[in-house]
Amino acid sequence: MLSRVADSIYWLNRYVERVENIARFIDANLNLILDSPAGMDQQWEPLIAVTGDLKLFQEKYGEFTAEKVIQFLTFDRDYNNSILSCLRSARENARSVREIISSEMWEQINAFYMMVTDACPGKPLGALHEFFAEVKLSSHLFAGIMDATMTHNEGWHFGQIGRLIERADKTSRILDVKYFILLPSVQDVGTTLDEIQWMSLLRSASAYEMYRKRQHRITPKAVADFLILDANFPRSIRFCLISAEQSLHQITGTPLGTWRDPVERTLGRLRSEMDYLTVDEVMDTGLHEFLNGLQEQLNQVGEKIFATYFALNPVEERVENWTPIARLSKQTQTLLR
Amino acid sequence: MRFDNYDPGDFYDELFASKGQPRPYTTPLIEKINSLSEGELVQRQQAAQIAMFKMGITFSVYGDSEGTERIFPFDLIPRIVAAQEWQELDRGLKQRIHTLNLFIADIYGEQKIIKDGIIPQDIIYSAKGFLKPCMGLKPPGDIWCHITGTDLVRDKNGQWYVLEDNLRCPSGVSYVLENRRVMKSTFSQVFRTMDIQPVDEYPSHLLETLLNIAPPHLPDPTVVVLTPGIYNSAYFEHSFLAQQMGVELVEGRDLVVADGYLQMRTTKGLQRVDVVYRRIDDDFIDPKVFRSDSMLGVPGLTEVYRAGRVGIANALGTGVADDKVIYAYVPEMIRYYLGEEQILPNVPTYMCWEPKQLEYVLANLDKLVVKAANESGGYGMLVGTQATPSEREEFAEKIKANPRNYIAQPTLCLSRVPTLLNGQFEGCHVDLRPYILYGEDIYVNPGGLTRVALKRGSLVVNSSQGGGSKDTWVLTR
Repeated sequence: MLSRVADSIYWLNRYVERVENIARFIDANLNLILDSPAGMDQQWEPLIAVTGDLKLFQEKYGEFTAEKVIQFLTFDRDYNNSILSCLRSARENARSVREIISSEMWEQINAFYMMVTDACPGKPLGALHEFFAEVKLSSHLFAGIMDATMTHNEGWHFGQIGRLIERADKTSRILDVKYFILLPSVQDVGTTLDEIQWMSLLRSASAYEMYRKRQHRITPKAVADFLILDANFPRSIRFCLISAEQSLHQITGTPLGTWRDPVERTLGRLRSEMDYLTVDEVMDTGLHEFLNGLQEQLNQVGEKIFATYFALNPVEERVENWTPIARLSKQTQTLLR
Repeated sequence: MRFDNYDPGDFYDELFASKGQPRPYTTPLIEKINSLSEGELVQRQQAAQIAMFKMGITFSVYGDSEGTERIFPFDLIPRIVAAQEWQELDRGLKQRIHTLNLFIADIYGEQKIIKDGIIPQDIIYSAKGFLKPCMGLKPPGDIWCHITGTDLVRDKNGQWYVLEDNLRCPSGVSYVLENRRVMKSTFSQVFRTMDIQPVDEYPSHLLETLLNIAPPHLPDPTVVVLTPGIYNSAYFEHSFLAQQMGVELVEGRDLVVADGYLQMRTTKGLQRVDVVYRRIDDDFIDPKVFRSDSMLGVPGLTEVYRAGRVGIANALGTGVADDKVIYAYVPEMIRYYLGEEQILPNVPTYMCWEPKQLEYVLANLDKLVVKAANESGGYGMLVGTQATPSEREEFAEKIKANPRNYIAQPTLCLSRVPTLLNGQFEGCHVDLRPYILYGEDIYVNPGGLTRVALKRGSLVVNSSQGGGSKDTWVLTR
């Protein structure tokens, strides 16, 4: 398979997954506000803080109001990680490989993009819940169509890896939000508000019901345990890493548990670390510190995937002006740190 | 919706002999459309366009930062070509492509046609598409123009003319195939009664044509389509053809010359490429030989090509026959190489580099269409009848400054086909671009892209100038 094509399928899936997570994220926060005591400050800053683009936001928008944060994260054409921009990138990647993917996949991403462009430049706050629901659904639809219509070959597995790495990263960021929210008011720990916030966090990860079935009571430690280490919940970090590793070995043909290239080694090591980690150890490290380290490692996996399978080496000077997709993707990746 | 009020007027109409009188072979279609209820045709047309947009059957519009894509507007009323008429076109096109190929092979080889004084050397050497580095090249089978799109028009009397030859990277065949797909679902009954020649064999013929130029003795040659990328206006077509043939679609950055072969970069290392259907102009294909600033091509490709280790369609240098001054010589070429008279005539053409003809052109600018020798897509031309005096004057200066670069032709009154405009039928001017493949032998796809000027009275059919397209039905008998 062409390196460029593998790269595009990988990023196509990462972007669609990213879009879904942004939508989930904002939507959960909109709900949280409805449950918060009147007069309490709305918590919009943490949503920007976890993106790593706080400075960019402040320069362009100033205050953290619901409208501004939503505009930035959803419809801002110039912000690379807004829903609209991610979808545009997803569609461009899809367009560049439409002879490889199924026509149903292409048509879905095309329709998805048109749906969001039509909603642009912004809906009233009241209509947003429906919009975000549609975004989430469209993303699920894309994943489902891909699963059901594309041969589960090398390209498909690269797509899976993209989606799973992105998802692991986003779950870690959702957990990290809690850290940002709690930071200014340590006295709220253990209050009703605290519990509501943890619930909303679980909802951001579409994990609330599944969590309840497993753990019943809501405690910070149990939530962290579930979202980081659960082996069966599809959005937990460990689950994502296990599945990504399986796809990777399907591509390379190397038996699981062994490695031949840097990606297999980095990802395998990270996955097995998760297998033997306890939530107490996570808490001892500090949740935020642990998640930070994890995001670093996920980025490393992404960089190694690029270098090992996608990089169009030898990269000559002429590539400088003509690799919009691959270069854009890399940029986006580092931006998110 | 009915044709009762449709009046072909003082034009050659492809479907009607006169008001209320369909040509005999078009009757089943006309009757079918007349039987549709009010609004149904318009509805079907809209449904077809929406489907095309959803499927992303679009072309990109340049000069728009958002990368706007549009569908090529599509009209449901087909143009119909009678069986006998097509046989004549088929013969004429084969004769022409055969000749053009002999010509290209000759001028990059012995140049007999120049030595025998049929075409002046200056004209050849000053053609933009003439590439010195191709001298002495011998492509497989000595075939140069594997894929050609020849533009045909009909005048007021129904006489066919060749308007121009496109031997570089002619676009549009994907619309021929997609339009047909839409039409089959819209008029399935008519298809059953009318005996229309299928166009769907094109991708198979194209693949055979490409395999035919693979280096010899390869059991399973690797064919690729080379595209400039998703921002190219014809990207949809590149991707469509690759998909239909089941071959890889590559960009310049996917390719590299290594160990003396052309190779592509895959997740498992380099893999050899044997045939390239390139949709990139000569100038850009190899920065080592042609434009050094090109980002689209592959450095070193020409060398591999010269060594016979890769086949390229069309061959490098083929564009020389795209030059509109050289076009004017095709009738003489046919006589020279084949000893035959042309079956399909050229539009009468004045060459501005000849002083007498220049004089005539300058004196009659208000009656002529003037075209730059190397432009395409409706750019660089003057339609004298529709231009203002100051526009004509400005153009006259351009011609005088570089007479070699201009030709002039009388304004033809192009034939028309009824077309849905604002909810009613209007006669709109059309041309026709059939696609011709030169592999083991010459194949003319029965049909072609009928382009239609979608403004009342307009003669400009190019997609970049707001034209649309129609399906072309070639009848079997």
